[in-house]
Amino acid sequence: MSLDKPYKDIPGTTIFDAEQSRLGYHLNQFCMSLMKAENRERFKANERAYLDEWPMTEEQKQAVLARDLNRCIAAGGNIYFLAKIGATDGRSFQYMAASMTGMTQEEYAKMMLAGGRSIEGNRFIGEKKHG
Amino acid sequence: MARITASVYTSHVPAIGAALDLGKSGEPYWQPLFKGYEPSKAWLKANTPDVIFLVYNDHATAFSLEMIPTFAIGCAAEFKPADEGWGPRPVPTVIGHPELAAHIAQSVIQDDFDLTIVNKMDVDHGLTVPLSLLCGQPQAWPCPVIPFAVNVVQFPPPSGRRCFELGKAIRRAIESYDEPLNVQVWGTGGMSHQLQGQRAGLINREFDNAFLDQLIADPDSLSRKPHIDYVREAGSEGVELVMWLIARGAMSDVAGGQPPRLVHRFYHVPASNTAVGHAILENV
Repeated sequence: MSLDKPYKDIPGTTIFDAEQSRLGYHLNQFCMSLMKAENRERFKANERAYLDEWPMTEEQKQAVLARDLNRCIAAGGNIYFLAKIGATDGRSFQYMAASMTGMTQEEYAKMMLAGGRSIEGNRFIGEKKHG
Repeated sequence: MARITASVYTSHVPAIGAALDLGKSGEPYWQPLFKGYEPSKAWLKANTPDVIFLVYNDHATAFSLEMIPTFAIGCAAEFKPADEGWGPRPVPTVIGHPELAAHIAQSVIQDDFDLTIVNKMDVDHGLTVPLSLLCGQPQAWPCPVIPFAVNVVQFPPPSGRRCFELGKAIRRAIESYDEPLNVQVWGTGGMSHQLQGQRAGLINREFDNAFLDQLIADPDSLSRKPHIDYVREAGSEGVELVMWLIARGAMSDVAGGQPPRLVHRFYHVPASNTAVGHAILENV
């Protein structure tokens, strides 16, 4: 019997389930290694060489080099782990969040101040926007 | 015998800790949020427990993908604030209560909840931000704390129902402890927020307030809410709210006692990417 995954039809959302976790194991563990200052230094000195120490897929490495968080997530990344790349870069979490939405950090911060992204039109893929 | 006197519910946004640590709590952006916790700080000062049992989640800090315990109880004598990538928060070391924690672990496991026992662990903002919100910036936390970590990073987290039932088992465990300790149970995380993908920034004020209403008045029905409702309506990270049901399940009305007294309730948007919710319930 296959597993029920009712969360697959939520727009702009990838649920980090066992399948994603399996895909992203080495990507996320690479991110975890950035908790140590000496690893951050080594990564910053030569990103490609540091990434090559990990049995990650080429797609995962390219996504990290491009700092494309949506691509990282599609390749099994989890945001709490990926946030450690942003911390290494000295980026705020809000900068990272904005980068995934296609908004500038300023536009994103403004949206949050105005009450955040509305749930209306954001429950189901293909749902018509209200108003 | 020990008894549970109250439960506290609050979000645990990391930016709140950073705002306090960097002396920004008086800025216009943060002022309304900290003002909402002023009554809670006064309440905790007047009602300091002997122990806080604090339910929270680790954010890829103590637990990487090497081990993902669904429920983990901290039985150590102390827990250091973790370095989450920008140095540890300048907050006091968390002093544990190994005797009560071991007692709860044994009782709850015999009550069919298979906990992971953790004897060495650093604690991240999930645990220290709630303490900061209610205690301010003291030299030492006002009492020992038992950290109780719940997996909400890899889906699925435990169900709301499972959390609620676990809360009942925790109450039975605490009430069977010989020493006459006054214990508070805190449930943290939430409220609506999504930190990933194109839908990042989602806030659902209506969902959050309905959740608070139901948490107070009808937690049994609330505990039957499926994961998909949290994820769809409150965001992929909003599912942290199941942790509040552990604290709610530990209150005495659930076991046939009187309805609890609502001491304080507060809601605010935004704290960085997140809606902040807070409530205090006292057993009467």
